Amino acid sequence: MSNLLELKNVSKVYSRGLIHAQSNVALRDMSLTLREDEPTIMTVAGESGSGKTTLAMLLLGFITPTTGEIIYRGKNITGLMGKDRLAYRREVQAVFQDPFAVFNPFYTVDHLLTVPIKRFKLAKNRAEARDRMEEALTAVGLRPEDILGRFPHQLSGGQRQRINVARALLLKPRLLIADEPVSMVDASLRANILETLRNLQRDYGVSIIYITHDLTTAYHIAKSIIVLYRGAIMEAGDVDAVIKDPQHPYTKLLVDSIPWPNLDQRWGEHPIVAREAGGVSAGCPFRSRCPSAMDVCATRPPLFRISESQAASCYLHAERPEIVAERLTELLPV
Amino acid sequence: MSSTIASAQAGSRNATQAFDASGEPPVLRVKNLEVTYYTDSGRAKALDDVSFSLSAGEKMGMVGESGSGKSTMALAMMRMIKPPGRVEGGSVFIDDVDLMALDPKAMRQARLNKIAYIPQGAMNSLNPVMRIGSQMVDAIKSHAPSESRTAIQDRCMHALKSVDLDSSVFGMYAHELSGGMKQRVCIAIGVLLEPKVIIADEPTSALDVVTQRQVMETIDRVQDEINAAVILIGHDMGLMAQFVDKVGVMYAGRLVEVSTVRDMFTDPKHPYSQALISSLPNLDNKGVFQGIPGLAPSLLRLPSGCAFHPRCTKVMDTCPKVRPEVEYLPDGRMVICHLYDEETEH
Repeated sequence: MSNLLELKNVSKVYSRGLIHAQSNVALRDMSLTLREDEPTIMTVAGESGSGKTTLAMLLLGFITPTTGEIIYRGKNITGLMGKDRLAYRREVQAVFQDPFAVFNPFYTVDHLLTVPIKRFKLAKNRAEARDRMEEALTAVGLRPEDILGRFPHQLSGGQRQRINVARALLLKPRLLIADEPVSMVDASLRANILETLRNLQRDYGVSIIYITHDLTTAYHIAKSIIVLYRGAIMEAGDVDAVIKDPQHPYTKLLVDSIPWPNLDQRWGEHPIVAREAGGVSAGCPFRSRCPSAMDVCATRPPLFRISESQAASCYLHAERPEIVAERLTELLPV
Repeated sequence: MSSTIASAQAGSRNATQAFDASGEPPVLRVKNLEVTYYTDSGRAKALDDVSFSLSAGEKMGMVGESGSGKSTMALAMMRMIKPPGRVEGGSVFIDDVDLMALDPKAMRQARLNKIAYIPQGAMNSLNPVMRIGSQMVDAIKSHAPSESRTAIQDRCMHALKSVDLDSSVFGMYAHELSGGMKQRVCIAIGVLLEPKVIIADEPTSALDVVTQRQVMETIDRVQDEINAAVILIGHDMGLMAQFVDKVGVMYAGRLVEVSTVRDMFTDPKHPYSQALISSLPNLDNKGVFQGIPGLAPSLLRLPSGCAFHPRCTKVMDTCPKVRPEVEYLPDGRMVICHLYDEETEH
């Protein structure tokens, strides 16, 4: 059984300043495995600044990890060259959050779709390329005649985002990294995009890492979930268990803040503690906002195993058995 | 033909009365607002005969797909529609002043003073090379040039405090703030002059759930403090359920239904509202993706009759032929749909 993707104790530290260097840990000791033969949808959830996007950038090879390594199909992605690198670039695709920022305003939309076709030689001639483009656009619910030949400023945010999904579809990837793909898209279209993603996983065997702050969509699309806060894993496990019965105070806050479309289920009465600026160096990163913070929280909590498929990094569960971070993946259902 | 128009107008008069009956006169009355964009490929009617009213302290949500005219409505109310768009007709009354009849100078004074707009995407609406403070001072100076320096300072500090921001934000630049903080700065600027009406255009669409909750609770509190009417534009029905009193549903430039939030969630009338409500995610239907079939129509070639008929599950013979007009159900709810033709008399 081979691994599609393996993260081994990956950390990313951003530092600035030469003499009085300040460092900011964006991701701490992350270990994760995705198997090749079992495509899955894994959600990485957390608020802004939790390290979600850093993780996406690392997986896409845009930045290199400070420590640890990322192995894609047996090869470290930082040293990929030539053919391997090209294959990696095609097989690992991304859909980003902001559909307004990813388009070059000087080119028509066709450019965004023809570049990958040419780069990876996906079509023999112009007509075939056009067919591929139309097929991909139709698959995401767009009318090709409305889209092709237009400039980005003539399209709405929802249309632009679906073009991005279409671009990723075009390349038939192995791993799709979707960084908040629906946060700027209409609610009625969200369902369509999420369904497209799920079908991609089911029918084409594409593994998806779905990065989001929206636990409702995560619940509907994913099998497993990892909740990050300031670069550290707070809770992980089966998506049903984590969202219906959160064990970590931070996950509880997240679940409590979901605006449920239900008039009888209001936002909690507890006032929320605003996040402090600056980094927390030691201990549990959520300590300063946690309603049940204890003295012991000044040291970093390990992951405690709550059940077959759920683990939380919180001393409230200190009576449970500890698990090492590297073996966390075994708890996650596929 | 002329009789239909006359009866529609009679209907809209009834409506205003129906909403007035709830208490004091509404602070905001929008009547028959129309906006058209003149593009190279034809005329697109982005806002078609939109009328509604809102009382002080009331919160109204406007939902609809992208391109349904939500943001156009906000911009039209601020008189900020740019060519090739044009406001073709209608009026926007705040108390007894018609914003559409004001000269440009008076309109400039009315913005922020009477009606404030909190734009979509806070990260792009603040000036990156001006300190937050000077942007706030600028806004006050252009509306109240005679105000003393200390009074201006006090006003800014009070506004920052009301949105839970530290006074040190006054001297900061936009890049030093997080997304939620920037959005709260925009709210602070919006309420500086205590406007009667606040329009918030998707104020939280780019923020995470915890920050979203914080920003919405801030708007709620500030609105209570100055008793303003709030229009919340968005497409997140969940947020609407948590925040607003009344919901308006827009489709292809028309306001197709206005109901209280409870009626909207328990008994939506328009088939599009019904589809919107049933497409909501909850914890009971995991893995069921119920979108709304079909695509939003292009405004350049709207379907004949009712613009929703190609996607409607309850389509009837009349729908593609006759354009439905505003109807008021016996309980005062407004809906534009042939399904209710019999329940209402013209």
